[in-house]
Amino acid sequence: MAKILEKRKVRPDVYYIRLDTPDIAEHAKPGQFVIIRIHKNGERIPISLADIDPERGSISLMYMTVGKTSTELSTLEVGDEIKDVVGPLGKPSHIEKFGRVALVGGGFGVAPLYPIAKALKAAGNEVVTVMGARNEDLLLYENEMAATCDEVLITTDDGSKGIKGVVTIALEEELKKGIDLVIAIGPAIMMKFVCKTTEPHKVKTWVSLNPIMVDGTGMCGACRVSVGGQTKFGCIDGPEFDGHEVDWDLLMSRQQMYLKEEKEAMELYECNCAPAS
Amino acid sequence: MSENEEQSEEKQEVKRERRKLIPDKVAMPHQDPIERGKNFDEVALGYTVEQALEEAERCILCPKPPCIKGCPVEVPIREFIELIRDNDFVGASRKIKETNLLPAVCGRVCPQEDQCEKVCVVGKKFEPVSIGRLERFAADYERETGEKAVFKLAESTGKRVAVVGSGPAGITAAAELAKLGHSVTMYEALHEPGGVLIYGIPEFRLPKAIVADEIRALEDMGVEIKTNVVIGKLFTIADLKAEFDAVFIGTGAGLPMFMNIDGENLNGVYSANEFLSRTNLMKAYEFPEFDTPIKVGKKVTVVGGGNVAMDSVRTALRLGAEEATIVYRRSEEELPARIEEVHHAKEEQIKFDLLTSPIRIIDNGEGWVKAIECIRMELGEPDDSGRRRPIPIEGSEFQIPCDLVIMAIGTNSNPIIPETTKDLELNKWGYIVTDENTGKTSIEGVYAGGDIVTGSATVILAMGAGRKSANAVHRFLMGIPEPEPETEEGKEQPVN
Repeated sequence: MAKILEKRKVRPDVYYIRLDTPDIAEHAKPGQFVIIRIHKNGERIPISLADIDPERGSISLMYMTVGKTSTELSTLEVGDEIKDVVGPLGKPSHIEKFGRVALVGGGFGVAPLYPIAKALKAAGNEVVTVMGARNEDLLLYENEMAATCDEVLITTDDGSKGIKGVVTIALEEELKKGIDLVIAIGPAIMMKFVCKTTEPHKVKTWVSLNPIMVDGTGMCGACRVSVGGQTKFGCIDGPEFDGHEVDWDLLMSRQQMYLKEEKEAMELYECNCAPAS
Repeated sequence: MSENEEQSEEKQEVKRERRKLIPDKVAMPHQDPIERGKNFDEVALGYTVEQALEEAERCILCPKPPCIKGCPVEVPIREFIELIRDNDFVGASRKIKETNLLPAVCGRVCPQEDQCEKVCVVGKKFEPVSIGRLERFAADYERETGEKAVFKLAESTGKRVAVVGSGPAGITAAAELAKLGHSVTMYEALHEPGGVLIYGIPEFRLPKAIVADEIRALEDMGVEIKTNVVIGKLFTIADLKAEFDAVFIGTGAGLPMFMNIDGENLNGVYSANEFLSRTNLMKAYEFPEFDTPIKVGKKVTVVGGGNVAMDSVRTALRLGAEEATIVYRRSEEELPARIEEVHHAKEEQIKFDLLTSPIRIIDNGEGWVKAIECIRMELGEPDDSGRRRPIPIEGSEFQIPCDLVIMAIGTNSNPIIPETTKDLELNKWGYIVTDENTGKTSIEGVYAGGDIVTGSATVILAMGAGRKSANAVHRFLMGIPEPEPETEEGKEQPVN
């Protein structure tokens, strides 16, 4: 059980929650994730750590309401408890002094970059963040990143803020200035294009993959991804991998495995939840 | 073992020296094979009192019963069968529980034909006494009376032991240690305790209510169970060593193995672990009532020949597969599954493609499985395992159309604990190296047993290892010298 200590709606479809999990907060490292299950009939879903606060004994998660479980989670309020929270899972990000590091965040993928940014800064790196969204209203964690990083570059598809276009345009400029390492977190398609952008520059690019998982401890193999032609398990070998080696099409295909069921569950949930009119 | 069950029990009157012996086991009542293929209810229904009494009469009460030595935890078989004969069914169950906390589980899932029943004296001439069914009968009878077994716990020693993993090895170790007066905390990575008994073995073979009862018994003994704790991640073995006087690692089978053939990562290819976990642990067969989805194949191919393969193929059938097939590279004789499971699977119209090995899985063009291409095999000379080596027959490739493939070919070791436990000695396959007699690892005060030591094995072997380690942990904690090597732990238990 983990009590919700704080809850914010950061966008119409994105929530931030802070959970009372002293043990996890003490042992978790940037780049890791937890698996939660919200009630006894619930499914287990992995969520990256958006912040780790050992002093307050809490971890923070940011999630988008895309399906039944995330929508149901958004109905829980401060003081409510999440039935199961297990973690930290996965390998932590490799943190050392690399030099000038570019973090690229798409959508709510910027959230897990926040603890990584703090750790990289603490290790003496110059950290540039490139974050993108469709428009200004959909940008997340802008202030947090601005307070942590040396520079924050914003791109919006419609040009409502920052550079008009996608993150790779801004990243390309930074790569020309000199970047020693790129870490990208966001939708698979975005990470794929980030890797395509960095490849000609031969800049090491770490990506955090988000395949479907069940147990998160290596036991089930649902999260298989192909990296460098070898099958790896996202939960224990990752979630971070060398983006230039990732088979993106396979990842995206496997992420769609339960699309039909997810839709069915969501429709049923909305139907049951719809306020009587 | 059960092939002949349906044969008449009275067809032969065989005389032994002093009394008549019924040659065949009393048949086990079962759900109708076709009907049960559509539900998750238990297949074998258990003996009635009359059937149990009749079967118990088949035991000749050997003065030196070999069956007890055939059991990894040395259940006092003769004594419990005598108690059944005396109509003391609760007493029989409690007698078993002196060495085996989980008789309702073992009576259902043990490969008795390779253990106690293999060496049964009656079995030399006839079918052996159905020790497993009698064990199950006694345990079920006791549970149904609602009377809780009260275990005598030794006076508290003030020592604290951490047990990592709540499967058969961990449960047994925890129970033994609690009985010996130690304070036990058990850690489970998943949200529910029970390990393979919960996530792996299906409801139709082992009802989860039974496992829940056994877990409750453990808690009644004072064992504290902490779920959602991944040791090696949240706490390390070193953390546990600092907090506890000893640690037992029973984390079980690890990562599912794949064949490294083309198409293995297509949608519609599962590991057995995932397929069974979704179904058993997450109750995906009740989707959308339960949130976890599972793909229900029309034509399902399961690769492998062990119990896990049988569980997978029979689960696929129950989920609604129109055709479910086992593909196994050796012949029927080498199938590692319990005979009873193979028999049940056949009764349920499961197809067996034996001497067949997959070579690739074929894409339907949209990232999903369309078929599995296999090659026929023939048996050559015996290999290291003593079984005849399967050799591919050139040019015999063929395709089995299917929309779901389940890989049930075994497991590799899980690296989570070793990665954060530097001094823990592992063998070349990544399993923990232990002293055979005690389960001692390379780290003082840390013991291990079950699949994390041996690789995939059985529930009862894990229980045996848990029990052996518990006794060794006890000696370690209490400063009792190790017995001479070759002395078996089981001798501490009454064997008449």
